[in-house]
Amino acid sequence: MILDILRIFLRFVVLITIQVLLLNNVQLGGIINPFLYVMFLLTLPIQVPRLLLLLIGLVTGLSVDMFQNTMGMHASACLVLCFFRPTWLKMIAPRDGYETDAVPGIRKFGLQWFAAYSIVLIILHHFVLFYIELFRFSEFFTTFLRVILSSIVTLLLIIITQYLITKPADRNA
Amino acid sequence: MRLLFLLLWRNNFTLLFVILESFCIFLLVQNNKFQHASVLNATNNGVAKVMEGVSYVTDYIHLRDNNLILANENATLRNALKQSQFVNDSNVVMIRDTISKQLYSYTTAKVVNNSVSMRNNYLTLNKGSLDGIQPRNGVITSSGVIGTVQQVSDHYCTVMSLLHTKSKLSAKLKKSNFFGSLVWDGENPREVLLKEIDKTVPVQKGDTVVTTGFSKRFPENVMIGVVSEAQLNPGSNFHSIKVRLSTRFDNLSYVYIVQNLMRDEQQALEDSTLSTNEE
Repeated sequence: MILDILRIFLRFVVLITIQVLLLNNVQLGGIINPFLYVMFLLTLPIQVPRLLLLLIGLVTGLSVDMFQNTMGMHASACLVLCFFRPTWLKMIAPRDGYETDAVPGIRKFGLQWFAAYSIVLIILHHFVLFYIELFRFSEFFTTFLRVILSSIVTLLLIIITQYLITKPADRNA
Repeated sequence: MRLLFLLLWRNNFTLLFVILESFCIFLLVQNNKFQHASVLNATNNGVAKVMEGVSYVTDYIHLRDNNLILANENATLRNALKQSQFVNDSNVVMIRDTISKQLYSYTTAKVVNNSVSMRNNYLTLNKGSLDGIQPRNGVITSSGVIGTVQQVSDHYCTVMSLLHTKSKLSAKLKKSNFFGSLVWDGENPREVLLKEIDKTVPVQKGDTVVTTGFSKRFPENVMIGVVSEAQLNPGSNFHSIKVRLSTRFDNLSYVYIVQNLMRDEQQALEDSTLSTNEE
């Protein structure tokens, strides 16, 4: 249990670091910003209490905001993600439900399930993020394109990372 | 009340989400310039509309005060004009500061009573001896000559309007500088007669008529009006000229009272000259 928490915390630190030091400087074609740190919220254990989940989302978002100097922008997007995550998990639950200590991961649930699970939450997160950043209704469709493209890139990054950091035998990470 | 708390507790997840999200938006608006400006603009548009309506009404309420302020300011500016200063252009060597000594001073006054329809018209102004007004001061507006102060009380003065059968004013044609005297025949409150212009002087319709400064009441070159009709009657040595006044006397509100600060000196000199020669 303690080990799990430590591992989660470590993953938090690593992902935030990669995000703020590396990925925040990446802008593919001027419109695509990948946000890998979302993976941290996606791969939290399913049994995490919902209220705690919201607080974790807030802290995660604020951490990124602090480095980006966009106070509240990522935080509100993360909160939306955390708010819809339990509902979405329930909707796409396997026929016999989740195991108590299950962690959403590509090895355990398979690529198809994980992609479906992630892409909805990622799009949700990016949608809120980009539109809050825009904060007006002009350039609505340009921004929508940014949301979709960035979401796809983020998803690809997350899937690649999942394959990299988890061993085939380890079905829990 | 208990039901309300129960409801809130049931939805504690949503509640917390709403609270935290509001907190984030608050942070966002507080800390990000663009979002901050957007929210301010959005709220200000509505407020500005209301304030505009309010000021539309209050502007009218303050109109009277504002007019007074503007008129006072005009008087100050007129005092500073070159035209109202005594210019010493004789070639006296002594320079000192005579070059910008004040010759005319202007005081704003409000017209409190006015008439144009009688044969002898008078105005009453709200400035009197306490403001330094004296009989025989001139009265003008920015568009032209009005008349001469007749009687002065502490706070008011009466003005013999140009539209008075006894009013007589020295005036000249601006173009040729020939002067005559201006009288009113009591008929049209927008027209006066310019007399004593010699028939050899060329006069055309549209020529400008201004004051001469001989009367010691008005500065030189204050607008009076333009020639509207010039006739040469057979058997007369003078033109018969009608001058259309540049000022409308029937809507006056603020006027300037002109004081010639050196009038007494000039008058005394002229009087003593006359009396010595007649002895």
